[in-house]
Amino acid sequence: MWGCRVRAARLTRMSNAAGPAETVDLAALAERHGLSRSSARPPLGGYLRELWGRRQFIVSYARARTYAMYAGARLGSVWQVLTPLMNAGVYYLAFGVLLGTKNGIDNYAAFLICGMFVFTYTQRSMTEGSRALALNMSLIRTLHFPRATLPLAYVVNELNQMAVSMGILFVLVGVTDGLAWSWFLVVPALVLQTMFNLGMTLIFARIGTFVSDISQLLPFVTRTWLYASGIFFSIPDKLADLDAPGWVIHVLALNPISAYIDLVRRALLDQHEQHALPNAWPIAAAWAVVVLAGGFVFFWRAEDRYGRG
Amino acid sequence: MAEPVPTVIADDVNIIYKVIAGQGGKGTAATAFRRILKRQDRPTIREVHAVKNVTFTAYKGDAIGVIGRNGSGKSTLLRAIAGLLPPASGAIYTGGQPSLLGVNAAMMNDLTGDRNVVLGCLAMGMSSAEIAARYDEIVEFSGIGDFIDLPMSTYSSGMAARLKFAIASAKTHDILLVDEALATGDAEFRVRSEQKIKDLRAEAGTVFLVSHSLDVVLDTCNRAIWLDKGTLRLDGDAREVVAAYTRETTANR
Repeated sequence: MWGCRVRAARLTRMSNAAGPAETVDLAALAERHGLSRSSARPPLGGYLRELWGRRQFIVSYARARTYAMYAGARLGSVWQVLTPLMNAGVYYLAFGVLLGTKNGIDNYAAFLICGMFVFTYTQRSMTEGSRALALNMSLIRTLHFPRATLPLAYVVNELNQMAVSMGILFVLVGVTDGLAWSWFLVVPALVLQTMFNLGMTLIFARIGTFVSDISQLLPFVTRTWLYASGIFFSIPDKLADLDAPGWVIHVLALNPISAYIDLVRRALLDQHEQHALPNAWPIAAAWAVVVLAGGFVFFWRAEDRYGRG
Repeated sequence: MAEPVPTVIADDVNIIYKVIAGQGGKGTAATAFRRILKRQDRPTIREVHAVKNVTFTAYKGDAIGVIGRNGSGKSTLLRAIAGLLPPASGAIYTGGQPSLLGVNAAMMNDLTGDRNVVLGCLAMGMSSAEIAARYDEIVEFSGIGDFIDLPMSTYSSGMAARLKFAIASAKTHDILLVDEALATGDAEFRVRSEQKIKDLRAEAGTVFLVSHSLDVVLDTCNRAIWLDKGTLRLDGDAREVVAAYTRETTANR
C-alpha cells in the first residue's frame, strides 16, 4: 500500500517531466548537465582558497564577538585590559606574596605573568575553540561557508586579547628591567604559538562538535598542563633540586607550551639563560608546523559532516 | 521544445540524523553510571529517519512549494538540498550553490542590525565593495528603518525575519530555498517578499518554498511536492497537489 503511493508519486513526477530525461539514470542526468553533489567536501586546495576569500569575514566575526562579549558590561571593552591585569595581580598575590615562592628567580612577577599569559592564550583558544561549531550550529545549518572560518575567528579573537596582555607585560618589564632589543623576538615566538593554537583549535573544534563531553573534560586537561609546564617554577632549577638525570630536561622541553613560554621569557627577561630550556626554537617551530598542518587536514576531512551536529 | 535544464536532482535520498533526546531514566549520575556499566550505548541518542527515499528533479524556472504537516521532513529536505545536512544514502545534485533562507537563520543578537548585515553578507562571500553598494538596498528592503542601529535582541521576531530575508536575498541565487521565512512578516512585507521570489524565478533561478500557507504556494509556485512522514506523497502541478492535500487534511478532520 505504502509502496504503491510512492510509485504513484513518481509516476506523477514523470508525467510532468518533459523530454527523454525520465528514462535516464538520475546520476547520469546530473552529470550531463554539470550538476555536482550538494554536500561534497571541496578539495584541500580549493578549501584553502575559499578560506582565504573569507578572510574579511573571519576578522569581522572576531571583532563582532569581542564586542558582543563585553557588550553587556558597564565598562565595556575596558575589561579586555582589566581581565589580564587582575589575573596577573591574583597570581602574583597568591604565589609571590602569600606563598612566597620566588624560587630563586630575580623578577618573579614578570617570570610568572609571562608564563600565565602565554599559557592562557593556548588554553583559551582550545576551550573556546571546542565550542566554536557547536555554539554556531544554526548559523552552520543556514549559510554556506567554509566551516574553518569559525575556529579561525576564535583564535583571532584570542590573539587580539593576547596583544593587549603583551602590552601590559611590556609596561611591567619596562618598569622593572628596562627596555631591550631582544623584545622583538616576541614577534616570531607569538607567530609560532599562533600557528600552534590554530591547529589545536581546529582539532578541538572538530572533536567538540561530535563529542560534546570534551568541553567538560578540557578544563582538567588544561589545568594539568598548566602545572606541568613550568609556569610557577623554573624547570631546570626544579630538576637540579631533584637530582634528575640529564635526559629528563630534554623530554620535558618537548612540551610545546613550555617552549612557547620559554621563548617569550628569553625575549623579555634579563638573566633568563640559567632557566632556559634546551632547543626551544626548533621545538616550538616543529610543533607549530606539524599541529597546524595536521589540525587543518583533520578539520577539513569532516567538513561535509558538521551540519549534522 | 528544448529539453528543460535540471537544477536540482534528488536521487533516492534518505536523511537520518541523531538527536540527543533528553536524559534516559531519572537523569541522575547514578543511572548514567549504571548505563555505562551495563554497556548500553547511550539510549538517549535517537535516530530520526526524517526523509525517506525521496526522488525528484527540479528544472530552471521552477518554483516548487513543499507542503506537508509539521515534522514531515520539509525543512530537513531543504537543508539537504542546501548541502548543510548530508544525506545518509542517495544523492542530491545541484547546479550552483543553493542558498537557504529560514527564520532560524542565526544572527548575532547582541549586535546591531547594520553589523549583522555586514557579517551576513561577508559570510555569503560578498566583498566589502559589494556590501557597500548593496547596503542601502538591503536596509530599504527590510523596512526596519531606524531600528537598524539597535541590537537585534530588541527586534520582534517579525522584524528579525525581515532583516534576514533582506540579507539573504541581497545576493543573486541560482537556487533559493525559502523556509517559512515569510510566515512571521506582516502583510506588506509578505507582498514584497513574494514579489522578490517571483523576480528570482524570472531570473531563471529555481525556488523552493516551504510554507504552511497554501495560498502562498498557489500564488508563487508552479509546482508542489507533498511530503508525508518523510516520504514523497505527490509531486506535480501546484494546484493539483494542494487540492489533494486539502482533500486529505479535511477528510481526516
